[in-house]
Amino acid sequence: MQPDISVQNLNKVYAGGFQALKDINLDIRRGEIFALLGPNGAGKTTLISIICGIVNLSSGKVFAAGHDIVKDYRAARSTIGLVPQELNTDSFETVWDTVTFSRGLFGKAANPAHIEKVLKDLSLWDKRNNRIMSLSGGMKRRVMIAKALSHEPEILFLDEPTAGVDVELRRDMWDMVRGLRDKGVTIILTTHYIEEAEEMADRIGVIREGEIILVEDKHVLMRKLGKKQLRLLLQQPLEKVPGELALEPVELSGDGFELVYTFDSQQEQAGVAKLLRTLGDLGIEYRDLQTRESSLEDIFVGLVHE
Amino acid sequence: MNFYGVMAIYKFEMARMRRTLMQSIASPVISTSLYFIVFGSAIGPRMGAIDGIDYGAFIIPGLVMLTLLMQSISNASFAIYMPRFSGTIYEVLSAPVSYIEVVVGYVGAAATKSVILGLVILLTANFFVDYSILHPVWMLSFLVLTAVTFSLFGFILGIWADGFEKLQIVPLMVVTPLVFLGGTFYSIDMLPPLWQTLTLFNPVVYLISGFRWAFYGVSDVHVSVSVVMTLVFLAICMLVIWRIFKTGYRLRT
Repeated sequence: MQPDISVQNLNKVYAGGFQALKDINLDIRRGEIFALLGPNGAGKTTLISIICGIVNLSSGKVFAAGHDIVKDYRAARSTIGLVPQELNTDSFETVWDTVTFSRGLFGKAANPAHIEKVLKDLSLWDKRNNRIMSLSGGMKRRVMIAKALSHEPEILFLDEPTAGVDVELRRDMWDMVRGLRDKGVTIILTTHYIEEAEEMADRIGVIREGEIILVEDKHVLMRKLGKKQLRLLLQQPLEKVPGELALEPVELSGDGFELVYTFDSQQEQAGVAKLLRTLGDLGIEYRDLQTRESSLEDIFVGLVHE
Repeated sequence: MNFYGVMAIYKFEMARMRRTLMQSIASPVISTSLYFIVFGSAIGPRMGAIDGIDYGAFIIPGLVMLTLLMQSISNASFAIYMPRFSGTIYEVLSAPVSYIEVVVGYVGAAATKSVILGLVILLTANFFVDYSILHPVWMLSFLVLTAVTFSLFGFILGIWADGFEKLQIVPLMVVTPLVFLGGTFYSIDMLPPLWQTLTLFNPVVYLISGFRWAFYGVSDVHVSVSVVMTLVFLAICMLVIWRIFKTGYRLRT
């Protein structure tokens, strides 16, 4: 299947000589939720801004819905909706006017029924005649999403959509994003909340210092890079790890009351059985045990600090 | 051609004018009325006629031009500077609109406001002094041409400016002196020879002269020179805007 967004050998060097993106190659599939993770300044927003036409590329090619974003910018841009990171809204316009403006700007004939639906979906209908300046931060964020959805885009960029948003609104947004995906909209989101990517994304890309260092299906990524830990709470404290376990990845913590065994989640559980047998043979009693799988956050921190 | 996009920008800007009616229409009308009261009604009758025209009537074209220039520049410069300042420019940059469409939307709205304002001032002048318009079609043509040209100039200013001071300084420090020294209140024949020559480097002289010709059939320079000079200035502004969008200057990094 043709990718919805195709980035080929993309480079961006800013006027001062700073290279923000280095030879980026990335395909995003139609109808998926793609999460772009990376530390501050890694190039996430630059990449999004280039695809959306706000920043000029230095070299390389980008296609949106099959259209070259430079040569065929009209067709490319009319497929894209963008919710930028900053809350850049007008102040004196009403919610209705600003969302209607966005639809017109993107070349679509007026369609009050669609605008009404978007505003209702985002719980903005009651506020439609309010001036934007009178809205709370969370409401302004909804307005920005409504603007991006006003022209029925097939690709939606959400640049840190839930930054500074309360839990309820975040849940609402997640539901909305899933709803859009179910309708076939391709969604690219950048986020600082790794739990968001973990919860939402189908695939994850990690960008570091302007380079894409990894693109992977979320479940595959978690399996591949995920670590598991088995924690055993001992009846009696140990002074040191017994010699029989010295070769295993076992550590002692919690004043000698805790034995921590780290293993790859891909590995068969043979290691755990062997460990427990050895402990039994040594007569080391434990009163509780728990296993923990590393989160995407652990994986992410591990990747960007490599 | 993204017709809906152009209309969206145009309507957005015209809505801004309606919201700020006091600032957009009332304040220039009041300040121009003051000129008419002071120079037209109070001092005017004590001044001799210039080129056979009563002084009060003589200054009307210049005063309309003064407001037209100032308002065209400030309307268009604010229109593009505010989205840059507030960050909402992202939406225009990411929209499927060409730069010509962006310019038509913003400059078209700014010029429309200025033309409306110019006509309102002409109506206002009617209350203070008697005047006639010899070539109404030419008068309207000069009005529209000047409004478009200086709205383009304002658009450039709004992109170049990196602070509110610069938006204010250019109209106040450059345009106002040029208008005052460009024959608003006198005919350039009344100046000493050296100043007459120097004045010809002031582009506003040609605008006011041509505009006054449309009213009374008299002018400082031939009307064809006025038309050509206005078109030259228009072409220069278009060229600068073309360069701005070509290079992405201050809009797209």
